[in-house]
This record gives sequence, C-alpha cells and structure tokens, in this order.
Amino acid sequence: MTIVPAEKIYEGTRIPARCPTILDVDPAEHDLDDILTVNFGPNHPSTHGVLRLIVQLDGEHVAGIEAVIGYLHTGFEKTMEAKTYWKGITYPERIDYLSFQANELVFVLAIEKLLGLSTPEKATWMRMCLSELNRIHSHLVWLGTSALEMGAISMFWYAFRERDMVLDLFEMVTGVRMHTRYFQVGGLAEDIPEGFYAQAREFARHMPRAVNDYEGLLDRNKIWLERTKGIGLLSAADALALGQSGPMLRASGVDWDLRKAMPYLAYDEVDFDVPVYPNGDVYDRYKVHMDEMRASARIVGQCITRLEEMRGQPWIADDRKVVLPPREELHTSMESLIHHFKIVTEGYLVPEGQVYVAVESARGECGCYLVSDGGPKPWRVKFRAPSFAALQTLATCLRDTAVADLIAVAASLDPVMGDVDR
Amino acid sequence: MSAIFVASGANGEPWWIALIKALIVINLVLFGFAYLTLAERKVMGRMQVRYGPNRVGPFGLLQPIADLVKLIRKEAFAPASANDVLYIMGPFLAAFTAMTTFSVIPWGPGWEIGGYQVNGYVADLPIALILVFAVGSLGVYGFIIGGWASDSKFALLGSMRTCAQLVSYEVSLALSVLGVVIMAKSLSLVDIVGAQDADVWYVIPQIVGFVVFILAGTAETARAPFDLPEAEQELVAGYHTEYGGMRFGLYSMSEYINLITLSGLAVTLFLGGWHGPVVPGPVWFLIKLAAILFMFIWIRTTLPRLRYDQLMRFGWKVLLPVATVNAVVTALLVVAL
Repeated sequence: MTIVPAEKIYEGTRIPARCPTILDVDPAEHDLDDILTVNFGPNHPSTHGVLRLIVQLDGEHVAGIEAVIGYLHTGFEKTMEAKTYWKGITYPERIDYLSFQANELVFVLAIEKLLGLSTPEKATWMRMCLSELNRIHSHLVWLGTSALEMGAISMFWYAFRERDMVLDLFEMVTGVRMHTRYFQVGGLAEDIPEGFYAQAREFARHMPRAVNDYEGLLDRNKIWLERTKGIGLLSAADALALGQSGPMLRASGVDWDLRKAMPYLAYDEVDFDVPVYPNGDVYDRYKVHMDEMRASARIVGQCITRLEEMRGQPWIADDRKVVLPPREELHTSMESLIHHFKIVTEGYLVPEGQVYVAVESARGECGCYLVSDGGPKPWRVKFRAPSFAALQTLATCLRDTAVADLIAVAASLDPVMGDVDR
Repeated sequence: MSAIFVASGANGEPWWIALIKALIVINLVLFGFAYLTLAERKVMGRMQVRYGPNRVGPFGLLQPIADLVKLIRKEAFAPASANDVLYIMGPFLAAFTAMTTFSVIPWGPGWEIGGYQVNGYVADLPIALILVFAVGSLGVYGFIIGGWASDSKFALLGSMRTCAQLVSYEVSLALSVLGVVIMAKSLSLVDIVGAQDADVWYVIPQIVGFVVFILAGTAETARAPFDLPEAEQELVAGYHTEYGGMRFGLYSMSEYINLITLSGLAVTLFLGGWHGPVVPGPVWFLIKLAAILFMFIWIRTTLPRLRYDQLMRFGWKVLLPVATVNAVVTALLVVAL
C-alpha cells in the first residue's frame, strides 16, 4: 500500500467525533436563532435511496450533521441463514443492488473456498468479465445521478444510454438485466451464448470513447470544476482511519486495490491500471470513477480475447455432489436424478468452518464472512459493505461546507442504501 | 393606466382596439407559455437521447392542455400553519406581474385595418424600459411572500435564495441595457426598435451588454445554471415546495412568462425587434424569440448548477463591473462621436 502525497490537503485529522457520522453544533451556538434544523430525507429528491440526514444549517453553511440509516434494513443476512447455499445466491445481489455481480461473486467464492472446489478456467474468466461490466454499470449509475444532483441533467441520460448497453449484455448472457444469479458454485449457470463475444468486444471498444465524451462535457466545464474541486476533503490518514476502500481510498491518494493487492480470479493475468488521485475531493473521486471505467473496459476486452479461445470448454466444475447434473441426463441416469433431487431439496453439505473472502466491488472491499456448521445452510453470513464504510466519512468530508456541497459530497461517496442497511 | 391610453391615443389608435389587442396578446402569451413547456420538454428530450412527450395528441401537441386540466383538477390544499391570505396572494402576484410586462414589447410595424390605426404593440410608454424593471421587481415579492407564507423550512430557504439572487442580478440586468438606452437616446421600446432599423442591430456595438443581459436574465428568471431558488436536489422545490395544483401552476407560469418576456426584451433591445426582410414583422419577432428561447433551453440541458456563493460572487464581482464599464464606455463614445 503506497500513499501518493497530496499537494494541498488539511493537516491532522478532521474526524469530528468518536462517532464519526455525527458533526455536532456547539450547544451555546445552537440556542441562537439562526441555526435551522432541516431534515434531508428519508424521502428527499437528492438522496440516493432512503438516507436521512439531520442537518443544522447556519444560513447556507452546514454546521452540524447526523446521518440516520436503517430505513432499508431487509435482514438479508438473517434470511440467508434459512436458505440452502444454492438458494442463497440470489440474496447478496440484492444487498448492493448496483454492484450485484461482485456481491454474488464474493458469496460464491466463499462457498467454493469452504468446499475446496476449483472452477474451470472459462468460468473464472467469464466471472471476471461480468464483474468488470458490472463495475462499469455501477459507475455509470453513480456518474449519472451525481451529475444530476449538481444540475447537469443531461449526463444522467448519457450515462444511462451506455448503462443500457451493459444491461443488454447481461440480458443476453443470463436472461436477466440485473441481479442475474449467473454465478453458480462451481462455475457458471449456463454456457456463454455465441453472440456475446462480438457484442461485448464492441462495447469494450465503445466505452472509452463514451467516457471521453462525458469528460468532454464535464472536465472542461468551469462550473463543474468549481463545484467539485476542493470540496468534501478527506485525507489519506482519515480515509484509512475510517475504513475506506475502493474509489474513496484511491481518490485520497492511497494505492490500494484488491485486484492488484491480493489478486483473485485471474486478475494477475490481465493488464490494467489502478487510478490514484491525491487530493481526496469530489473531483478526484469523479476522476477515479472515470478512469476505472476505462480500465474495466480494457479488462473486458482482454477477457473476451481469452474467452474466445475457450469455446467448447466446460463452464462448470464436474462435481455431482455440488453441481446440478445436465438436464438431459435426468431422463436416462438414475444417479443423476438422485443428485438433482438431493441438491434441489436438501442442498449440498458444506464442511464445517469459517471463511472470509473479499473482492473489489465498484465501491470498494466487498467481503463475505461465512460460517458453516457442516449443514446445507449457512450458520452465519456477514457482508462487509463498502457503502456503510463510505457513509462514515460524511461528517468528516462535510466540515466547513455549504448546503449545496452537502449534496455533491454525499453523492460522491457513492452510497447504495441497500448495501448500507442490508 | 391613463399613461397607456394617452400613449396609444397619441398614435391615432382608438382605445377599444388597444383593449382588444391587449386581450389577444395576453392570450397569445399564455398560449406561448403552454407550448414553451412542451417545446422545452421536446428539445431537452432530443438532446438527452429520448423523445419527450409524445402520447397526448399528435406529436404530444395536447400535452400542455392535459397538464393544465390536471393542475386545475387537483385539490388546492394548503399547509395548516400557512398564512392564508399571503399564501394565496403569492402566486397571483407573481403571475400578474409576469403577464403585465409583455404589454410594452413591440412586435410589428402597425397596420391600417378597416380605416382604423392598429399599432404593433399594446402600449408605448416613454419609460417602457423602466416599467419593465419596476414591474419585474414587484414580481419578486410574489416569490418571497409565497415562500415565507408557506411556513416551511425548505420554502423559506428557497425564497431567501430567490430574494438574494433576483435582487443582485437585477442590478446587472438594468446596467446591461443602459448602453442600448444611451445609443437609442430613448427608454421607449418602440423608439429603440426604430433606432436599430435606422442604425444597426445593437447586438453588434453592444455585444458585451448583450452577453451580460443574457447571463443576468438567466439568473433573473432562475433558469439553469442559476436555478438555485428551486434546486430540487437541495431544496426540494424551493419557494413553491408547499404549493400544489394550479397555485403551483401559476408560479410555473410566471416563470415561463418571465422567460418569454425576457427573450422578447432581448430581441427588442439587441436583435432589431420585429425588423427583417421578406416575411412580416410579427413573424420575424417570433423567429428571433424562438431562437433566444432555444438558447435558454440548450443552456439548461448542458450546464451544471452553480453554488450559492459562486452565484453571488459571479453577480457582484464579474457581471456588475462588466456592465458598468460597458455603460460608461458607451456613454463616452456616444458623447465623443
């Protein structure tokens, strides 16, 4: 982990309190009339999802802030304890509903680690390909909504135009546009359709040009620069103290990416850059997201090249105790029928043990802690949500800012409330 | 009131023709407002890779009518703690002042119909330009009263912003047209248009004034990128957060009509008014008006919003000095030549 020094950023720490999401107003000051308490959310046009911010305003200046979360608590982790492993795969996708593929991947990887199951090469590369497409998808949603929050309304549609292309690819491969449940324990649910290669390659070629277009609209726009540069500062030390990862950390000048630091899948075999920017402001977070989309498009291109050489190879491990037998065998093979019945009803048994697996999702370190008691259902599942960590920095980033920056900064943290509340 | 009659009477136009014309013009402006909303949504839609409204009637042409019916049929509720009289007065004041200002803008040369003189304007006042700004300033009260009377924090913040923004930018707006007034040596819009026909369109000698006018005008009508009073991501809907139904419709209407009036002023002051070759005057006026309106819509689609302090800084530290210098330089040149 190397830290790129910033040119101009605050000295010392700015974390406001032991509970880092609360920025308190001096009580004596609060008694004065000119502090106005305003409730942003849980239903407010600006928040991504149901985040509630209790803001103390001194004119247009944010004097105090308190984030209230939990409005989207769905109990995913608890529900998963009641589901067999192979039914549980649908749940992680809905936790971070924008970066669904990464969550699905981390859960599947955790189960595979407990089982000691290895996957075919084709599955590994396809997982990587879809994860990177998903990263682009998530960043596009981020870009569109954040720009919208700052009044650049058209960016929303431009970003969603490319997002639709990603969703078309997902639909072609998996039959579902979002929340695909395509990653199975042991590999993939189905073979890759033949049309995917050409369309994905075309997209990987198109995407960097689209990113150039976005930057053309925003990067040389004086208003955009004024609104983002030097706003929502977070130093490298504070980012680390607050448990940041992913784009948040890299925009604060810390070179840390799980894909490089602890390569999983086949990330050590592809060539890509990890963007790091030193200033820790909204602009640098924006730049990190933009560069990551370019890097992801590059990885997708490399994945397609490798996948094209693997046509006809198996896409899922040949372990009949865990992997569903091919459909056609059910009519001819008694063994296959029994395996199918056992997996669908009872589920497969996972050896006793506990494991933590982390992947780099679009928001940072997405981790899954899985405890098995040897049965067909997980004894405990816990997700390490990058959005939750990102939301912790809110009060730190928002010191000495205006109410308009509050929205820009909150958007730049890229919190997905499903991920925060789980 | 008497000034209007004297002014029109002096040009040989019977008072009842002026009255009929006023009725027609006010309805045309309302019609223009309705279809400006449609045009804006259509143009923005095309710029944003989508279609815009196209369900109601052919090409969505009945969309404004449907919107109007929807707004009128909505329940007119008010917050329990609102100050009733002021709460209701706010939108009316805003709409009234918006509609009044258009009356002084000339849109044609005047015609002789059935032996009667019909002028190409509703009223020609010797102080028309001052009237426009005076009535425009009154309109600000509509926004302030509405926001304050709703007794809502978001509305209050919104109306605070509106107040500060409109007052700041009105100064630059008034100063930016000073150059035109000096060159035309008149405050009457009819005279200004006439002077441009004899001379050149003032957009050429007064290009600085024109740019300042458009920028300050964008802020004055609270259009993006200066749409802070109603920045929905921050303040929900600004001063009209607590308004619904046709009361909200009136606010929205006053904003759009202000925009039309402002574009009409830009055409009149800088683009030669209704003068142009081949087609008749009112058509030229409409073409120029549409061009300016299209530019406003284009700006809205492209630019992000400024922050409040940046907006204030821009108004006082950039626009105001530029407008002042422009007026002084114009005055010096006019005297010297």
